Amino acid sequence: MSEPAIIVRDLVKTYSGQPAVRGVSFEVAKGEIIGLLGPNGAGKSTTLRILTGYLPATSGQVTVCGIDVASRPSEVKNLLGYMPENNPLPEDMRVGEYLHFRGRLKGLRRRHMAPRLDEVVHLCDLGRVRDRIIGKLSKGYRQRVGIADAILAEPPVIIMDEPTIGLDPHQILGVRDLIAGLRGRMTVLISSHILPEIEVTCDRVVIVNQGRVVAAGTPSALRTELFGPGHYELELAGPLDQLPAVLAAIHPSLALVEPVADRLAAPSEFANLRLAAAPDAPDLREALVNALARDPRFRLRALARTRHTLEEVFLAATQPKAA
Amino acid sequence: MRTFRILLAHELRMLLVTPATYIAATLFLFVMGFIFTGILETFTAAAQRGSPAAIFFQLFWLPVFFMVPLLTMKCLAEERRLGTLETLLTSPVTTVQVVLAKYFAAYALYLALWASTGGFFYILQQFAGPSQSIDFGPLLGGYTFIAVSGALFVAIGILASALTRNQAVAGILAFVILLILVIGTRFAGTLELLKLDSMTGLRSVVDYLQIFTHLEDFTRGIIDVRQIVYYVSGSVLALVFSILGVEAKQIHS
Repeated sequence: MSEPAIIVRDLVKTYSGQPAVRGVSFEVAKGEIIGLLGPNGAGKSTTLRILTGYLPATSGQVTVCGIDVASRPSEVKNLLGYMPENNPLPEDMRVGEYLHFRGRLKGLRRRHMAPRLDEVVHLCDLGRVRDRIIGKLSKGYRQRVGIADAILAEPPVIIMDEPTIGLDPHQILGVRDLIAGLRGRMTVLISSHILPEIEVTCDRVVIVNQGRVVAAGTPSALRTELFGPGHYELELAGPLDQLPAVLAAIHPSLALVEPVADRLAAPSEFANLRLAAAPDAPDLREALVNALARDPRFRLRALARTRHTLEEVFLAATQPKAA
Repeated sequence: MRTFRILLAHELRMLLVTPATYIAATLFLFVMGFIFTGILETFTAAAQRGSPAAIFFQLFWLPVFFMVPLLTMKCLAEERRLGTLETLLTSPVTTVQVVLAKYFAAYALYLALWASTGGFFYILQQFAGPSQSIDFGPLLGGYTFIAVSGALFVAIGILASALTRNQAVAGILAFVILLILVIGTRFAGTLELLKLDSMTGLRSVVDYLQIFTHLEDFTRGIIDVRQIVYYVSGSVLALVFSILGVEAKQIHS
């Protein structure tokens, strides 16, 4: 029975009367990789800063590995590797020098320093720029220096604020693999609003909007929760005006998402259709294939359950609530 | 303590590898050399009261006004603007350690710059020949004054840097505080208002704050504990406010 690595309970933070975080609660188990998602200004960075002890919370409780951040910040600092938003780095130091200095600050002993530095430099692929001045590095390398700093002292918990912002797709893949490589050894909490990378790496995501948690869970659970299982895409040719009746025969709630009136002109061409069923309906793929393939009026070319991207989940979870 | 040593070593190292340090040192020596030659010329033109050293240290305020703001304005303001203060303070260090490390590094540089002006007196000694030796008393007193008062001046510079994220504002703020402290108290001492009998208490306070009087005492070899208390307590106060300033900015950012 191991306690969670991070517990955030009813966290509230107001900046001179302006609420930034209003009652955020979540837990992160040991060894988990968690993505904290939200639009700009949702309170992600504020939450992370409070977690590191850099900002005090207005109310609520935050603990890291069972240690209360507000009352024992110096102990918590030893447990965390933190990469702040925009990854600030001193411009006029060399990469190796900087990491050495950070390692000393974080309490690495001289004996362990050299092998650990080599290891981190290798992990983050910084070998080529080890003797270069940080101010002259490209964005991707700077980002990796920040990550190297965060993982340097092998803290049990790593917090990174937007680690992949401003990187090109190759670099994002690199960073993602790097984070994935930490799985199991360290607990990782990353914030982001760029989504596909998160989806692959994270065990769970927590979506915040306007200072509140709007959804939390594994990406696939969130999909089901927000959209239900009953969305299908098919490519079909035939008299589409007769389709609704066929669908209703398969399941009473099954219907076309968009009306197809203007596609009737050419019944011999294939059309892309989207179907929706009620959330409580069972998986209807087999029934659809059977019914449509047997029906001589229709020609079915493809059928799939709609795979909602995390982007759509994110948009659905964070869209302004309709009045 | 270990963390403080690492931070201080880091700060000193950064000062030593930054070209700005050497540019500042060169300019400082140039200005001081200019002043020193000027003093020597007036001494060669006509007999003067006092030693060249005493006159030289009388002009201490000139380098203080431009060097101290330049040396210290970057310290905390720049770290805050770049955001590296956040990286620093979220690693296992305390605000006290960070501020003190920056203070002692800047103070060390300040002392090193002044120590380099000792070369002027050495050269003078070499050219004057063995028959005319320089009076070392005022020299020693002068440098002691520079070291003791510098502690306060640099602390004020750090305080100004802790209060803002803008280097220029920090520089001007430090300059204004130093100006009030050095020239302002001298001006206050000449006010007619303070010469009234009812103002005796206030006048003694203003007299106590006269930095020029302190300098005269030091160069004459009088080391007054009250004056040392003034500089040390002033430095401690400025540093405490710097630490509070950094922490307050964090809370209300």
